[in-house]
Amino acid sequence: MTATTETPTPTIGCETGNYHTFCPISCVAWLYQKIEDSFFLVIGTKTCGYFLQNAMGVMIFAEPRYAMAELEEGDISAQLNDYEELKRLCAQIKRDRNPSVIVWIGTCTTEIIKMDLEGLAPKLEAEIGIPIVVARANGLDYAFTQGEDTVLASMALRCPDRKPETAQDKQERNPLQRLLHFGKGKEEIDATEASYADHPPLTLFGSLPDPVVTNLTLELQKQGIRVSGWLPAKRFTELPTIEAGSYVCGVNPFLSRTATTLMRRRKAQLINAPFPIGPDGTRAWIEAIAASLGVTPKGLVEREQQIWDSLEEYRQLIRGKSVFFMGDNLLEVSLARFLVRCGMIVHEIGIPYMDQRYQAAELALLAKTCQEMGAPLPKIIEKPDNYNQVQRIYDLQPDLVITGMAHANPLEARGINTKWSVEFTFAQIHGFSNARDILELVTRPLRRNTGLKSLGWEQLV
Amino acid sequence: MKLAYWMYAGPAHIGTLRIASSFRNVHAIMHAPLGDDYFNVMRSMLERERHFTPVTTSVVDRHVLARGSQEKVVDNIVRKDGEEHPDLIVLTPTCTSSILQEDLENFVERAKIDAQCEVLLADVNHYRVNELQAGDRTLQQIVAHFLTKAERAGTLKTTKTPYPSVNILGITTLGFHHHHDCTELKRLMADLGIAVNLVIPEGATVDQLATLPQAWFNLVPYREIGPLTAQYLQQTYAMPYVDITPMGVMETARCVRAIAAALHGIDPQSPANRYDDFIHTQTRHVSQAAWFSRSIDCQNLTGKKAVVFGDSTHAAALTKILAREMGIHVVWAGTYCAYDAEWFRDQVGEYCDSVLITEDHGQVGDAIAKTEPAAIFGTQMERHVGKRLGIPCGVIAAPVHIQNFPLGYRPFVGYEGTNQICDLIYNSFTLGMEDHLLEIFGGHDTTPVSHKGITTDSEISWHPDAQTLLQQVPGFVRGKVKRNTEKFARDRQIAAITLEVFYAAKEAVGA
Repeated sequence: MTATTETPTPTIGCETGNYHTFCPISCVAWLYQKIEDSFFLVIGTKTCGYFLQNAMGVMIFAEPRYAMAELEEGDISAQLNDYEELKRLCAQIKRDRNPSVIVWIGTCTTEIIKMDLEGLAPKLEAEIGIPIVVARANGLDYAFTQGEDTVLASMALRCPDRKPETAQDKQERNPLQRLLHFGKGKEEIDATEASYADHPPLTLFGSLPDPVVTNLTLELQKQGIRVSGWLPAKRFTELPTIEAGSYVCGVNPFLSRTATTLMRRRKAQLINAPFPIGPDGTRAWIEAIAASLGVTPKGLVEREQQIWDSLEEYRQLIRGKSVFFMGDNLLEVSLARFLVRCGMIVHEIGIPYMDQRYQAAELALLAKTCQEMGAPLPKIIEKPDNYNQVQRIYDLQPDLVITGMAHANPLEARGINTKWSVEFTFAQIHGFSNARDILELVTRPLRRNTGLKSLGWEQLV
Repeated sequence: MKLAYWMYAGPAHIGTLRIASSFRNVHAIMHAPLGDDYFNVMRSMLERERHFTPVTTSVVDRHVLARGSQEKVVDNIVRKDGEEHPDLIVLTPTCTSSILQEDLENFVERAKIDAQCEVLLADVNHYRVNELQAGDRTLQQIVAHFLTKAERAGTLKTTKTPYPSVNILGITTLGFHHHHDCTELKRLMADLGIAVNLVIPEGATVDQLATLPQAWFNLVPYREIGPLTAQYLQQTYAMPYVDITPMGVMETARCVRAIAAALHGIDPQSPANRYDDFIHTQTRHVSQAAWFSRSIDCQNLTGKKAVVFGDSTHAAALTKILAREMGIHVVWAGTYCAYDAEWFRDQVGEYCDSVLITEDHGQVGDAIAKTEPAAIFGTQMERHVGKRLGIPCGVIAAPVHIQNFPLGYRPFVGYEGTNQICDLIYNSFTLGMEDHLLEIFGGHDTTPVSHKGITTDSEISWHPDAQTLLQQVPGFVRGKVKRNTEKFARDRQIAAITLEVFYAAKEAVGA
């Protein structure tokens, strides 16, 4: 580590916003699977429905716990009563599925026709007896992964604000601890309990697959940090308790609204940390949490180095190679920072939206990483213009372009390696051990090309 | 409001964009919020398209909502005109932005002042029509626009070509096997000695549209996209058209005869029966389908029950093939093209027991579960219903899926199409037959009976010896035998199925 000289900050530009990304309602795809007792009702048009159907493909067939409330001409022209219509559909959902919560996903259309979902929900909730959470995951204000942000921000308001009374309740309330204690004897549990440092409660927010949740919880446990709960939990009925003054920390860069809600409405203290993506990010994330909670981390440097060593094979493939992010899922800065640390050169980070405060620690780490690696600072382009980006890609000829699905085949056809950005949204990329999976994805096009070359395609045809 | 999980046809703007992006050097501007532009993904991924999809979204965001869209839309049109030099820019809203009720026609007029290219607003109602109707309408709109323009400029080619020629209308991107169908139709026309004047919209430029009237007739292979254009050309330029889908041996023959009649209408020297020999040769010696129908393989399919569901074109054609050419019992045939119900009933009425017109996949699934056919011919949705029920399904219609863009040659129309369809039908049924043979010659399947079916498990218990006997029933009918026997028991309030009950059920209901 070099001495702290003045690190230049990355420049953040903005383009026309003529870019392609998925609609934020796509968050339904992973959230309905994550929250097992939920039902997601997307209130929108045929356009929204057809998107969900195409984006989610096969999932549609498995009787998913989500549906479209398709707005028809009568709804748009206000000939029909919104309340009665929604009541009819929600009553049907209650009858057929009986979920613990119905999440209404507002869309562009409900925004434009100014349907008062927040006003309707409490009334209907009281009438049918199922909590209704309203999230405005519309494309007018948000992009792709930010849909999750809108849902979690709404759910944050439903978290209980005080601990359950008895120890018995507490046990039941915290399924995470149950899971971690699974198969352990009483002594072992007591030993784990004793190993926790005395610190204010910590809640983590962001929807991650269960194995990753367990993984990150264990990493923190190793440092004596107890995770009180995750937002969202596996079940809506198990939402974490968030007391005023307790600490919260996010795991994804697109959750700025949730962070703000937790701070302003729940009076929680936000730990601003880089995100736990890549061994460098994971270490910095744990360190930031530990620092806020007054815990001294131990063995993290070795842990990080150990991961880097195990990744050497992959890093060799990409060292000195260049990458261009067209911008899609808001994970771009974290991924870019990790790839710079791996020895890559990042030309441009396109990103739909950049909350410079929420991502402050991540941006600082990016700048620091570039300086330490002797790599140029990438240009960050908020709301990029895909046409302009493609012209820049022609000029720069990067070794890899991480892009949305619409541009992948055309770029490949022009001899430019691509990787779908959406894969990073769905793959398990958080924490120390998943860093390998990121590199597995990043190096795949390069390995594929080497593979084809070694087969002697040129000679064959 | 209605609760929807799945739709057979997409929203209107998808149809418009399919037409616009099928043409060469035509660009579409979508006036829509972020995320409504998934058409680009569909085209790029499903078609494995090498070119950038010529569709740009003029993004409607909060900012634009507050200030109005005109400036941004016009800027984007003019900008795209400068960047790509298209011949035409088509502007379309989506369901979402059409609610804004902005004067898009005015935006177009404004953009025309600065743009070098033609600019058109796709004229469809996004709440009243679906993808297919919008596609049909947009194609007609573009054709009419450029023919009127050419007529005014005096560049319209109205003199008929010296030799018989045809325009093929309705081949589009993201169509169900459209590319292969188009190749097959071109081959068929070559065999008939008819020159293909123009295929639209796929691969055509808008400048070429002026040559449409020089062809002798128009061929409209699909009901969904093309008829409006054909009707327009008939009314305006007195061009005859043939709208018989050449799918299956008999319909292909009917189509070819109609073509002969159309040619005869233009040139009385061309005999109305000029293709009869060709039809005979093709049917008897080239297509394997007619022989297949008479082979011992197909005999085994006689009287088997099938159901058909899809768009009008494919569902009607498959129903006719199954019923007329293979002797398969079509219990019901249906379409999701509800707006075309009358035509569909008229076409399939005599070839199936009943007709199902619905846009609700749940209703289709229930009808399948109730019918328990030996095979389903439907869309991807019916394929999945079939999976759950253990009934094989051949996919015969859109909505398109990556599997409908095979690398190999798989047309549905023409004489090669007849072979492909026979393969599809036979393979759908034959897997059950194979299973049957395996059972006879020492089965491989000794796993316990699975509870296949959409209905919930019954409380009826099976006696071990009845269970053993059920195990010996060939796998492909086992689920059905089990269900029928249980129904038999339930109807008679029998709680446990013994050997006697099992045989009684077999005798009573043929389970």
